[in-house]
Amino acid sequence: MATIEMKNIVKKYGDGFPAVNDVSIDVADGEFMILVGPSGCGKSTLLRMIVGLEDITSGDMLIDGERVNDLAPRDRNLSMVFQNYALYPHLTVYENIAFPLRLAKRSKQEIDEKVREASRTLDLDEHLERKPGQLSGGQRQRVAMGRAIVRDAKAFLFDEPLSNLDAKLRGQMRTEIARLQKRLGITTVYVTHDQTEAMTLGDRVAVMKRGELQQLASPRELYEQPVNLFVAGFIGSPPMNFLPATVEGDQITLPFGTFPLPSAKAERTAGKGLLMAGIRPEYFEDASVQVDADESRIFTAHIDVREWLGDQQYAYVPYDAEPHVQDQLRELARESDSDSLRTQLVVSLDSSSHISEDDEARLSIDTDKIHLFDPSTGENLTVGL
Amino acid sequence: MRTWLNRLGMGAGFALILGWCLLPVFWIVSMSFKSQEAVTNGSPGFFPSEGGGAGWQNYIDVLQNEQFARAIINSIGISLIATVLSVTFATFTAYAVARLEFKGKKFVLTTALVIAMFPVVSLVGPLFDMWRTLGIYDTWLGLIIPYMSFTLPLAIWTLSAFFREIPWEMEQAAQVDGATAWQAFRRVIVPLAAPGVFTAAILTFFFAWNDFVFGISLTSTESARPIPAALSFFVGADPFNRPASLLAAGAVVATVPIVVLVLVFQRKIVAGLTAGAVKG
Repeated sequence: MATIEMKNIVKKYGDGFPAVNDVSIDVADGEFMILVGPSGCGKSTLLRMIVGLEDITSGDMLIDGERVNDLAPRDRNLSMVFQNYALYPHLTVYENIAFPLRLAKRSKQEIDEKVREASRTLDLDEHLERKPGQLSGGQRQRVAMGRAIVRDAKAFLFDEPLSNLDAKLRGQMRTEIARLQKRLGITTVYVTHDQTEAMTLGDRVAVMKRGELQQLASPRELYEQPVNLFVAGFIGSPPMNFLPATVEGDQITLPFGTFPLPSAKAERTAGKGLLMAGIRPEYFEDASVQVDADESRIFTAHIDVREWLGDQQYAYVPYDAEPHVQDQLRELARESDSDSLRTQLVVSLDSSSHISEDDEARLSIDTDKIHLFDPSTGENLTVGL
Repeated sequence: MRTWLNRLGMGAGFALILGWCLLPVFWIVSMSFKSQEAVTNGSPGFFPSEGGGAGWQNYIDVLQNEQFARAIINSIGISLIATVLSVTFATFTAYAVARLEFKGKKFVLTTALVIAMFPVVSLVGPLFDMWRTLGIYDTWLGLIIPYMSFTLPLAIWTLSAFFREIPWEMEQAAQVDGATAWQAFRRVIVPLAAPGVFTAAILTFFFAWNDFVFGISLTSTESARPIPAALSFFVGADPFNRPASLLAAGAVVATVPIVVLVLVFQRKIVAGLTAGAVKG
């Protein structure tokens, strides 16, 4: 049970490059905190600074109010699950889980009780005498977690624990971790590059880019009120569409038409020249399946590709954009570790829609939910609206 | 048809190589069971000729020879001590080389290699002089030191390769689990590097056991003379008629510890001990 406070944490390597730059995060007691971002954003470095495997260049790291900057990992009483599990291959599962207790010189009986309890919790009873080499990926993962929960650590730290598992197992283990954390009620910091894990697991999520904290908020807030272009593009799958837009009066002009914009949003953005509009795929709908479609918010578009998923479907609408807009979109995609080959709109449609490929479809757009970003700073101009 | 041919070829090849390698060994074993007279008279058969067999007499003679018995004790003692010291030092050095960034790391490694390349003979003269001045000529220590200096480089190189194979995360996990650096090293890293440690130990032991040059030139009495040197002093009564069958028995006795050692440690030298540590 502990709080973890990071105050203006900076990590600079030998060449002066800041891997983590002035990050401040408070993790409350019992909270499930997620650090998420594309590779190289400094999230793992930050986690390793919490546990003590990396030195802190400047700033304060406080665990339970006590400054731990200069404490060795073993004196911080945290437990960590590594990306590669880092099980001890020469020891049995039992001994792997017992390892921290043996180091702490606990009595034989206590060790046995605790190991059995952990193994029961994680369903490892039948594997206790086996070596890690004989286990499957999911089982190894559970052993690594067993080693973490067996001692009364102040907090759990996870470093991309699910990235080595296949998709199905990943989903199961995700639920398992969430259940375990809720049951034990232990402060947890969890690093991932997977935004789905971030959204489903976290009480709060810290989005990082190039060593800097972009936004720290609940998953819902991140999704609905992203503070900048990066967060908006990183959170959500399929990602948010970004379109060049201009606002004149109460009207917004997008590449495929001009639509009315709520006055609160228009006030903040009118006359600011070329803006970047962020529209999530589900803000679009097939006008023909809507009961009360507003004519002023309907446009026709050429459907290039359609993907039917059963409960919903995605349609792709290519559009032309000016070169500098394209450049910016490409840059944005690169920052969040994805590729955008062409400028296209991803549209999520109701599964009952009968739009087919190569159709000229009538789509409606929900401009109430549009986000407008300043293209030069990337800042969201419509936060809170 | 093809596989049959392949197998035949492979079998023939193995037989050839085995014969080539083992014939001298078999021959020396055969000779050690012949009587002295039979050897002198010429006894070309593999098995001793009628009346030419000596049974175990040669072995009994060898083992009862006080000089030889001392030589065995010397060899075992010197080789074991040199091996233990050399492997212990090499383990620490190799760990530092593999894990730490420090100034002069390259220098340490190259120096080690250069020492290993030095011709053994070229050092005999200076060592002879130095050891006599220092008073360790004809002592165990006088042999242990040169053995260590020639085996350390090899042991360091072998072990640092093994240490590099062990994922860093192993150690970090141990530290997070509450281990000091020393505990992490002893309880996690050393067990994982065990195959490397045993490989280095065997190589070191071989070198020390088989050495002749230092053994003969840095000793003068049986107080430190190892087996290979002792064998060369095994002349018997008639200097023009060396007791070949006795020598053969001595050679066989000298070989046995090495064979036993390899058989014992062979199981320990298993690769793939690290399998399952991290996702492969």
